[in-house]
Amino acid sequence: MALLEVTDLVTRFRTDDGIVQAVSGVSFSLDRGQTLGVVGESGSGKSVTFLTVMGLVDPRHADVTGSVRFDGNELLGASFSTLRKIRGQRIGMIFQDPMTSLNPVKRIGWQLEEAVLIHNDVSRSEARRRSLEVLDEVEIPRADARIDDYPHQFSGGMRQRVMIAMALINQPDLLIADEPTTALDVTTQAQILRLMKKLQDEHGTAIVMITHDLGVVAELADDAAVMYGGRIVEEAKVQDLFAQPEMPYTWGLLGSLPRADITAARLEQIPGQPPSLLRPPNGCAFNPRCAYAFDRCRAELPELRPSPTSGEHRFRCHLDDADRLRIWTAKKAELTSTEGTAA
Amino acid sequence: MDEGFALTRFVLRRTFWAFFLFIVATFVTYVIFYVVPANPVSLINGAGGTTAGQHLRTTLHLDVPVFQQYWIFVWNIVRHGSLGYSFLDGSSVRSVLGREAPITGSLILGGAVLWLLLAIPIGIISAIRPRSLVDRFGMIFVLIGVSAPAVWLGLILAYSFGFKLGWTPIADYCNFFPTHGLTLCSGPARWAYHLVLPWTTFALLFAAIYTRMIRASVMETLSEDYVRTAKAKGAGSMRLLVHHVLRNSMLPVVTLLGLDLVALGITNAVWTETVFNLHGLGSEIGYAARVGNLPMAVGIVVVVTIAVIVLNFIVDVLYAFLDPRIRLST
Repeated sequence: MALLEVTDLVTRFRTDDGIVQAVSGVSFSLDRGQTLGVVGESGSGKSVTFLTVMGLVDPRHADVTGSVRFDGNELLGASFSTLRKIRGQRIGMIFQDPMTSLNPVKRIGWQLEEAVLIHNDVSRSEARRRSLEVLDEVEIPRADARIDDYPHQFSGGMRQRVMIAMALINQPDLLIADEPTTALDVTTQAQILRLMKKLQDEHGTAIVMITHDLGVVAELADDAAVMYGGRIVEEAKVQDLFAQPEMPYTWGLLGSLPRADITAARLEQIPGQPPSLLRPPNGCAFNPRCAYAFDRCRAELPELRPSPTSGEHRFRCHLDDADRLRIWTAKKAELTSTEGTAA
Repeated sequence: MDEGFALTRFVLRRTFWAFFLFIVATFVTYVIFYVVPANPVSLINGAGGTTAGQHLRTTLHLDVPVFQQYWIFVWNIVRHGSLGYSFLDGSSVRSVLGREAPITGSLILGGAVLWLLLAIPIGIISAIRPRSLVDRFGMIFVLIGVSAPAVWLGLILAYSFGFKLGWTPIADYCNFFPTHGLTLCSGPARWAYHLVLPWTTFALLFAAIYTRMIRASVMETLSEDYVRTAKAKGAGSMRLLVHHVLRNSMLPVVTLLGLDLVALGITNAVWTETVFNLHGLGSEIGYAARVGNLPMAVGIVVVVTIAVIVLNFIVDVLYAFLDPRIRLST
C-alpha cells in the first residue's frame, strides 16, 4: 500500500474576483522511503496541492474535493483532531523561507520542544534532550550552546536546518519540503540537500520535494511530477524524465536548466506567462505558450496518457508519438551542441 | 557590541532626550503665554493701582525678559523643587498638582484598563471570525466611538445612567486611600463607583480604535509563515493563539498605548473631567489656559512631560520583554 495516495484532488479558492481553481484533478502516489520531486513554476498549484494534503488551506475560502489517503486513512474531511495528530507527528513539513517560518519571539529550543510536547506525553527535559539530539543530527555546531538562541541569531541556512530538525523530531513517515532551498544561497542549498538525503537514508522517511528547480529533482528524487496550470502534465521516473521528456513544457524546463555537462549556446526561456487560474485557457493550459500547438490543443484538454516506452511515464500532449520524438531529438541535439559557442 | 556598553549608551541617550523634551516643552509653553495677551497683574490685583501693580510685577519677575523668567523657573525647580505659585490665589503649584495628578491618573489608567478589557477580546474574536456577528457589531461600535466627542458621550452617559436610572454618581471624586476626618468619601470601592461613568466615557472613545487595531494586528499575525509552521507541527487553536499569535500581535498595541495614554489621554481628560466635575489636571489646564495662569499651565506641562518620559521608558521595557530582537540589538 502506498504511503500517500492522492486521487482527483481539486482545490478551489473563492475570491472577490471569482473562483480560482488552483489544483484541478491531481492524482499521484508515493511509497515509503521514496522521494517525489514536484516541479513547476509559481502558480502551477504545486504548493497548494500539498497544503491541501496537510489540511492547511482555509476552509472558509477553499473548496476541496477528491481523496487524500495517508497510510490508508482518508484525510480530506477528517476531523481537526485527527489532522492535528498527523501533522508534525506522521507528516512533517518545511517551508520556503526559513527567515519567516520560525516564531521570532520564541527560543528555537522552545519551538523544537513544542513539536515534541504536542505529540508526546513526555517531560520538558526529555523534550529538550530530543531537541538537542536532533539539532546535532542536522549538524548545527555547538547545539547545546545555541539551543537557547532566538531565530534571528541564526543564518538562513542554519534556520532551515532548525526547520528540518523540527519537522523530523517526531520521526515522521513523510516529509513535505516546499521549496526548502529557494531562499538560500547556492552553497547552502547543496548542504541542505545533502543533509536531507542523509537523513532520509538514516530514517527511511519518504520525501515530497516541491521545487521549481529541475536540478534539485535530479539530485534527490526517485519520481518526478511536472505541474502546470493546476495539473500534472508529466510524471515519470526521474531518469526517464530527463532522458525522454514527452511534452513541450517539460522540454522548455529542461532547456532552461543550466547544466555543467552541456555547453549550450544560450539558455532557453519559455515565452509568455503562466496561465491565469481565474480564467484558464481552453484546451491544454500550456497552448498559448506552446510553439507546437494546433487547433486541437486550443479545444480539448489532453488526457494523461502513458508514453510509448513505459507505462509509468505519463504525460499530457496531443502531438503524436512520431512528432514528439522528432521534435525532442532535434531539441536535444540543439541543447547539447557546442557549435558557435567559442565564447 | 559589548552588552554593558550598549546598555549604558541606551540609558545615556534616553536621559539626554528626556532633558531635551523637558526644556522644549516648558519653554514653548512660556513663549506661547507671552504671545497670547494675558495680564497676570490684573488677574491677581483686579484693576488695582499702579504702585501695587508695579510691586507685583517685580515680585513675579514680570519686569524681566521672558528668557530670564524662564531661567528663574528652571532655577526654582533645580534649587527648591518648586514649580512656583498660582497667579490666581498664590497656592503652591506643586501641592495643587500633587492633589490633582492622582485624579487624572485614576481616570486615564482606569479607563485604559477598561478599554483594553473590551478591545482585546473583541479584537481577537473578530480577527478569528471575520464577518461574524461579533465582528459586525464591533464595527458599529467602532464607528460610534470614533465619531462621538467626549463631552457628548459623557453627558449622554451621565444623563441616562446617572440621572435617569440613578445607577451611578454623575460627578465628583473620592480618594482611593481611606482618609479620615472631614472628607466625605474615600476608599477603593467609592473611588471606583464614582469613576465608573468617566471610565466608561474614556473606554468607549478608545476601545473602538483599539478593537480595530487589535483585529488587524491579529489577522496579520495569523497569516504569518511561523503560524503556518505551528499549524504544520500540529498545534491546536488555543496553543496557536496563546503562544504564536498574541505576543507578536501585541507589539503595535504597546507602542500605540504608550502614545495614547498621555497625548490623547490628557486631551480627552480636559472634557471628561469638566463633564464629571473632577478636579484633575485636565480641567485645571483648561482653566489655566483660559485665564492665563502661567505657573499652573507650565506646572501641568512639566507633569505631562514627566509622564511621557516615564511611559516611554515603560514601553521600551515592555517592548524588550515582548520582542527578543529588540532586546539583543539595542
